[in-house]
Amino acid sequence: MRVELDEPKCVASGQCVMAAPEVFDQRDDDGVAILLDEHPVSELHDGVREAAAICPAAAIRLVEG
Amino acid sequence: MSDTLSCPVSGAAESLPEYPLQRAAECPLAPAPAVQELRAAKPITKVRIWNGSTPWLVTRHADQRTLLTDPRVSDDDLDPGFPYVNAHRAEIAPVTPRLITNTDAPEHTRLRRTVNGPFVVKRIEKARPAIQKIVDDLIDTMLDGPNPVDLLTALALPVPSLVIAELLGVPYKDHDFFQSSSSLVLDSTAPPEKAREVSGALSAYLDNLLGEKMTDPGEDVLSEMGGRVKAGEMTRTEAVHMGVAMLIAGHETTATMISLGTLALLQHPDQLAVVRETEDPKVIANAVDEVLRYLSIVQTGVRRVVKEDIEIGGVVIRAGEGIIFDLHAANWDPEAFPEADRLDVRRPARTHQAFGYGPHQCLGQNLARLELQVVYGTLYRRIPTLRLAAGIEELEFDHTGTTYGVHSLPVAW
Ligand code: HEM
Ligand code: SF4
Repeated sequence: MRVELDEPKCVASGQCVMAAPEVFDQRDDDGVAILLDEHPVSELHDGVREAAAICPAAAIRLVEG
Repeated sequence: MSDTLSCPVSGAAESLPEYPLQRAAECPLAPAPAVQELRAAKPITKVRIWNGSTPWLVTRHADQRTLLTDPRVSDDDLDPGFPYVNAHRAEIAPVTPRLITNTDAPEHTRLRRTVNGPFVVKRIEKARPAIQKIVDDLIDTMLDGPNPVDLLTALALPVPSLVIAELLGVPYKDHDFFQSSSSLVLDSTAPPEKAREVSGALSAYLDNLLGEKMTDPGEDVLSEMGGRVKAGEMTRTEAVHMGVAMLIAGHETTATMISLGTLALLQHPDQLAVVRETEDPKVIANAVDEVLRYLSIVQTGVRRVVKEDIEIGGVVIRAGEGIIFDLHAANWDPEAFPEADRLDVRRPARTHQAFGYGPHQCLGQNLARLELQVVYGTLYRRIPTLRLAAGIEELEFDHTGTTYGVHSLPVAW
């Protein structure tokens, strides 16, 4: 799985950090998401899928496989 | 088993329904029956609102997500097609500065990034011990006081106002003033002139405090906004507006989730038992999201106007037409949540839209979740015999405010 973050769209809601803290973080000053791991190991995939599903800005794209 | 089998049918799908739609008295926690029928029969349909205009009503979870992330769907409340909640909102729109609540990308993105800092998940989480202390102290006072008591005044209203006071950096000595004035501003039974006067006093208070924080900053939101004012990133007026907005937007909503949430859990003792007996913070966190979904308290929904024609679900929404997104309808959509009418604190609930969806999704959601996790994780454990001290049919529900709540919630133990 490859994770893509469309940063300009991000509204800094932090939902991805709640769902997959190993893969996403937020900048301290404005909350914009930081992608920590573009190729997360399979144990983290459920959390990443949840992050993509709940991201209110539809800013997270997953390329499965 | 379904909670709403006995809720009546309205026939709303037959005509041009008046919105908001009426809930059924015998099912006070369920969405209006008509809204559920519309979701099944006409998921994107026109309704008539208070000013005679006929915006679209969107009720399905999936359609709401599609439209609320569509850049042609706008929050511009100066557009004549905007479906205002009421006459007051229509009146104040032209005199309200452009804020996160009435702008679109890219301006919205820029403004929102200036106020997001304090709501970053990891920063909010640091407030947990302070919130725990506020909740513990209020419950101590409640247990020492009269029994039965109104849970609204004893706990539900003070929690969010004390938490926001702490977060903004309001000194402890002013907490009483802050709490009583913020309750008055929200009190729908208070005379409007009184509410205006108190709200003016609150703004003046925050403006003064902001000035102090600009010369002598601390580790709080007002100090941070003061820094941005000095750096020219926002004006002083915007900072004060934002402080008041945080107070107003987060007070009644969070309070309602404490009072109505407690009512919902008391009505479902098996679910309350799960919350009371768990040692796992993840179970509490999920229960909070499930109660948010189940109650979907923002009953006026999310309002938008369309800037270019949009084709969706076999209809064309024309430029200049308004849209109302009924959040309760989406959160009870069986395609998104099987057996949506059941309160089930263990179901996957995170995709609910009680905080809206899209770029305007609630700024304070992570703070609200944290407050509710502390309250739900503490109250029922410390007072295991908590019960309603009135019949549910005696409770008075607020059908007209932004949030659907109870005017008071008598509880005993
Ligand atoms: C359980 C409690 C809460 C609920 C159910 C709730 C619900 C909502 C909803 C549905 C929206 C979306 C409005 C729209 O899209 O037009 C919203 C936006 C907002 N909320 Fe909350 N809210 C809660 C708590 C809070 C708290 C604690 C704060 C602040 C400290 C807050 C501040 C805001 C602000 C500033 C916005 C506007 C965001 C924007 O337009 O970009 N809310 N809220
Ligand atoms: S969930 Fe989406 S909008 Fe929120 S911080 Fe993550 S990427 Fe940004």
